[in-house]
Amino acid sequence: MARAAVPGGLSARRAWREATLVERRPETDSAVTLVLDVDGWPGHLPGQHVDVRLTAPDGYTATRSYSVSAPERGDRVELTVQRVPDGEVSTFLADGLAVGDAVRVRGPVGGWFVWRTGQPGPVLLVAGGSGVVPLMAILRARGPGAAPFRLVYSVRGPDDVIYRDELAVLAATDGVDVRLVHTRRAPDVDKRPVGRLRESDLAAPGWTGEDAPTCYVCGPTGFVEGAADLLVALGHAADRIRTERFGPSGP
Amino acid sequence: MDFVTRGFQGRPRGRDDRLPPGQYLTGDFPVLSAGPTSNVDHDEFELWVATEDGTRHTWSWAELMALPAETVTVDIHCVTSWSKLDTEWRGVSLDTLLADVETAADFAMVHSYGGYTTNLPLEDLLDGQAWVAYGYDGDDLRPEHGGPARLLVPHLYFWKSAKWVRGIELMLEDSPGFWEQLGYHDYGDPWREQRYQGD
Ligand SMILES: Cc1cc2nc3c(=O)[nH]c(=O)nc-3n(C[C@H](O)[C@H](O)[C@H](O)COP(=O)(O)OP(=O)(O)OC[C@H]3O[C@@H](n4cnc5c(N)ncnc54)[C@H](O)[C@@H]3O)c2cc1C
Repeated sequence: MARAAVPGGLSARRAWREATLVERRPETDSAVTLVLDVDGWPGHLPGQHVDVRLTAPDGYTATRSYSVSAPERGDRVELTVQRVPDGEVSTFLADGLAVGDAVRVRGPVGGWFVWRTGQPGPVLLVAGGSGVVPLMAILRARGPGAAPFRLVYSVRGPDDVIYRDELAVLAATDGVDVRLVHTRRAPDVDKRPVGRLRESDLAAPGWTGEDAPTCYVCGPTGFVEGAADLLVALGHAADRIRTERFGPSGP
Repeated sequence: MDFVTRGFQGRPRGRDDRLPPGQYLTGDFPVLSAGPTSNVDHDEFELWVATEDGTRHTWSWAELMALPAETVTVDIHCVTSWSKLDTEWRGVSLDTLLADVETAADFAMVHSYGGYTTNLPLEDLLDGQAWVAYGYDGDDLRPEHGGPARLLVPHLYFWKSAKWVRGIELMLEDSPGFWEQLGYHDYGDPWREQRYQGD
């Protein structure tokens, strides 16, 4: 396996940097996009994440990983945080951090769950809940005329769709297909019975194992386990399925 | 402390001296892998050890089960910042597996079903520090946690404890494994926070 190049020298990527919140954008009732200004940010690839560290007055720190939701743009780093009930870091980021406040971040982290501009072949993105965040960075990085992309995005209900308006625009773009999978409540127009992701949600003309898309699967651990198993059962080669697991519980 | 996040108090805490720096406790058992979970049947399972001169030692599932097993209770620390205390495992000590292996190697590359690899100094696999584990919490080790068998090296970050272990390649010189090539630390000591290369 070749040593993969990722942005930033090693010492640059492991330094803790001060990151100041410059904008917050609500996405759903429970998810918010945070735009941070990170001094000297070395840049990142779509799919990578950062470590965010909060420091209390007594020196106590709490560190969690958050995926970058948009392609590289100077010192700006965008994260989208889904509030986890009783979550120590996510609730603070979602509710407590105000514009002008600072946290520390380091990264980018991860050189496997990435998509590189010019990488050949179609791309199948499979998201559960907040797992859409790094996949959105990948989708946003896709240029016109690139190979086809398909996003299969599992949400509880219509109100839980992060990036809803932008996804609707992207879905109307040539070469991009977006399919929403509702697990608990669906809009009336949706003919699919509600329920967890199943084979028929992933099987589509042009998106079989033989079409050999690179698959990126991201979300809560249980979701990723289930979705990756479905892809393997549908004939996708295991080494074409890249996974990122966010945490313990499922949507 | 020079830097404070305004308004952040954090959870009520009594600092636990079993928790390495930057880690937090979890009661769950999170899963970290690069791809899908491998499903390896017992009848196709074979564990091998290969030395630097190419000599191979192999164990079928039945042969592995026939080796003396130990039950150990250890704390585990994942590089993504969670730690889990007092986890109970059952498996075969690497001291047992390597007892009759002749080698001058200083390093090991651990190979998994699915192609994953990770590198470790051989001395970290010896002296009661490492196991091939096939039981967890009184049960069979489940596939998403690395079953049928995984390496268990609890004193290093948990990516070194390769899931779905199939072989151990003994090497004279160190060489980076899967995550190590992607920028993670070659050694990975949680107490020194060796998360990434250069830490
Ligand atoms: C590589 C990586 C990338 C990530 N990217 C993102 C991202 O882009 N956006 C995002 O919102 N989150 C992301 N996460 C998850 C994030 O790191 C935290 O785990 C999450 O925000 C919860 O942290 P907390 O401190 O709020 O909760 P904690 O205080 O750690 O936990 C509180 C309770 O919630 C449970 N819990 C912990 N994590 C989750 C979870 N992910 N889902 C459901 N329940 C959970 C715990 O078991 C516990 O019971 C990512 C995780 C990883 C490993």
